[in-house]
Amino acid sequence: MTLSPAWNQFLFGIYPYICLAVLLLGSLIRYDREPYSWKSDSSQVLRAQTLRWGSNLFHYGVLVVVLGHFAGFLMPESLVLWLMSPGQHQLLAMAVGGPAGVVAIIGLSLLIWRRIGDPRVRRNSRKWDISIVVMLWFQLLLGVATVPMSAQHMDGAMFERLVAYVQGVVLFHGDNAAILQGTPWVYQLHILLGFTIFLVSPFTRMVHIWSGVGSLAYLFRPYQLVRTRKRAVHS
Amino acid sequence: MKVRAQIAMVLNLDKCIGCHTCSVTCKNVWTSRKGMEYAWFNNVETKPGIGYPKDWENQERWKGGWTRKPNGKLVPKQGGRFAVLAKLFSNPAMPQIDDYYEPFTFDYENLQTAPELPTAPVARPISLISGRTMDKVEWGPNWEEILGGEFDKRSADYNFEAVQKDIYGQFENTFMMYLPRLCEHCLNPSCVASCPSGSIYKREEDGIVLIDQDKCRGWRMCVSGCPYKKIYYNWTSGKAEKCTFCYPRIEAGLPTVCSETCVGRIRYLGVLLYDADRIGAAAAVENPHDLYQAQLDVFLDPNDPEVQRQALADGVSAEWIESAKNSPTYKMAVEWKIAFPLHPEYRTLPMVWYVPPLSPIQAHANAGAIDSTEHGLPDVDSLRIPVRYLANLLTAGNEAPVAGALKRMLAMRAWFRARQLGAPQDPAMLAAVGLDEAGAEAMHRYLAIANYEDRFVIPTAHREEAENAYQLRGGCGFTFGNGCDGIDAKAGLFGGKMGRRKVIPIRMIDDGT
Repeated sequence: MTLSPAWNQFLFGIYPYICLAVLLLGSLIRYDREPYSWKSDSSQVLRAQTLRWGSNLFHYGVLVVVLGHFAGFLMPESLVLWLMSPGQHQLLAMAVGGPAGVVAIIGLSLLIWRRIGDPRVRRNSRKWDISIVVMLWFQLLLGVATVPMSAQHMDGAMFERLVAYVQGVVLFHGDNAAILQGTPWVYQLHILLGFTIFLVSPFTRMVHIWSGVGSLAYLFRPYQLVRTRKRAVHS
Repeated sequence: MKVRAQIAMVLNLDKCIGCHTCSVTCKNVWTSRKGMEYAWFNNVETKPGIGYPKDWENQERWKGGWTRKPNGKLVPKQGGRFAVLAKLFSNPAMPQIDDYYEPFTFDYENLQTAPELPTAPVARPISLISGRTMDKVEWGPNWEEILGGEFDKRSADYNFEAVQKDIYGQFENTFMMYLPRLCEHCLNPSCVASCPSGSIYKREEDGIVLIDQDKCRGWRMCVSGCPYKKIYYNWTSGKAEKCTFCYPRIEAGLPTVCSETCVGRIRYLGVLLYDADRIGAAAAVENPHDLYQAQLDVFLDPNDPEVQRQALADGVSAEWIESAKNSPTYKMAVEWKIAFPLHPEYRTLPMVWYVPPLSPIQAHANAGAIDSTEHGLPDVDSLRIPVRYLANLLTAGNEAPVAGALKRMLAMRAWFRARQLGAPQDPAMLAAVGLDEAGAEAMHRYLAIANYEDRFVIPTAHREEAENAYQLRGGCGFTFGNGCDGIDAKAGLFGGKMGRRKVIPIRMIDDGT
């Protein structure tokens, strides 16, 4: 897909920073000002059966996918080249990300079917609950669609370009957007939708991802928690 | 020794008439909200029965409470820390709302709008979750009221373990009792231990276990972690909620709503001092039969000068120690040993204790000579409710303490009955059950007379230590989250239903000047 340089610069050079800024600031403001609204918003109590397979498949699949994106795209190039060739890097990404993405799509499809098909869950869904799962479903589909596309050029050159772009975003390279000029539309849409999901996350239940990371603190705390109100005034 | 204080509750089941006033007043105050219709912080069950939620005592199914590992360490029955986190996406041990009951209203409108029919119009139940008409209401917080339903189903009651239950299905031998249930505000709460967000905590000052609504993320592990199934998931707010022990009232020195409104005057509230350093060992004793005694050993004697000195040093205030000396719960649990914890085998060290009910003499015992002890008291084994059943409920199956309590209650009754009839009173009868005259008098005062001042000995909280009152003036009082926003965030960018904030519209008034 070839965009005009101006559009290309806006969508891949500026828009990502708008999205990331809203993600970070929005999450902070919501955490600080609306803590009662911060939750995973589980509907398991209303209907458990489909959720068990759907939620587990989706979450474990998507955890592999997301961690894979972090590892694959943000690892310094020198470290990657020390470990493997660009072609091998791409093959690894396809081999791990592809199946995990498929697992996540199966899980998410079950969850969407449950959310829309089950009258109990449907009636207690907010607009955002449905919008966000549909967005995630398309995002996973686009992500999985990149696997057969990449299989047509196993030299890793395109993969290198994408890695360079993502690292450029993180490292604030100003002329970064040009890297994507002329890349296939599947990649471009996947990137755009990905940043859009960042953009809307603070306004949806997606904020529970932060808490999911935070729950790792559970591994290191004592079982019992006692709070005292004494001496609060003096401190 | 680390002395802490807790406001503990005792329920005298001998006097519970099963009127559900506690449940209803509690519901009116705390859970008459969308998302919590199905939740009863206090409910009264008829035993034997499988209860609410269904089968809640079956921990092989619901995985509540603690498991003692062979090395003596305790882990939540639903799993250690890694296992808990691995189940965040779908908690396999969490009840679905149907295990409590599907909340419903009735189609009252149909009674007025139905066209003329050969039969009377009916108001069918409508689900509050799906909004659809329900075929049947299938369960509730008190479905087995006064032995409702078939014995076959009710006899799945876990407390029939080691009881020849078949004979209790026969009409002549049937028995029942009421069991009001609320959060136990445990010393070793497994809900606290199960919470990945660390939002549940025990208060040092009064032992009340609360959920920080701003910190709860709705991971739901506490729902399965609590063996009493007394944490409820609010399906509207997405947060877990539980009995608060009416802490705003307790802080002001007032009894909980369920205690205040109890028409049978069966509830008692008072301070128990305990040694926080002994909790871990007491919860982990090997033999479940020893758990009751182990928990008793955690409690401290408020009349012991050494305990008083340490209590002051640990920040328990003088009037709390004074209240502990007059505590009805201490007298019943520790001095007279007539109150027992509910299911100590869950190893949570619950702090709502129960006086077991006496029951009529069995028919077959009546027909022949009543088995009685030398002092003319009926043998506790001839009581209609099997001692073993009560022991399974209250002492992990250890019958001796329960039998002892029933004997003391029978002896106290016989002592006062004799006095009423002008018959000779035999002190040996009291001595045989470990009571003296003063003890019997005191038990009578607390159990039979049960004056308000004796039932509720609640010292006020020291809020001045916790909050700066100057900053509180004009504040918004008790709210759910988000400051003064009200019960639910109805509008706003972050969650909630989208809509406009309701404000008083401003109109310009043209008064002609």
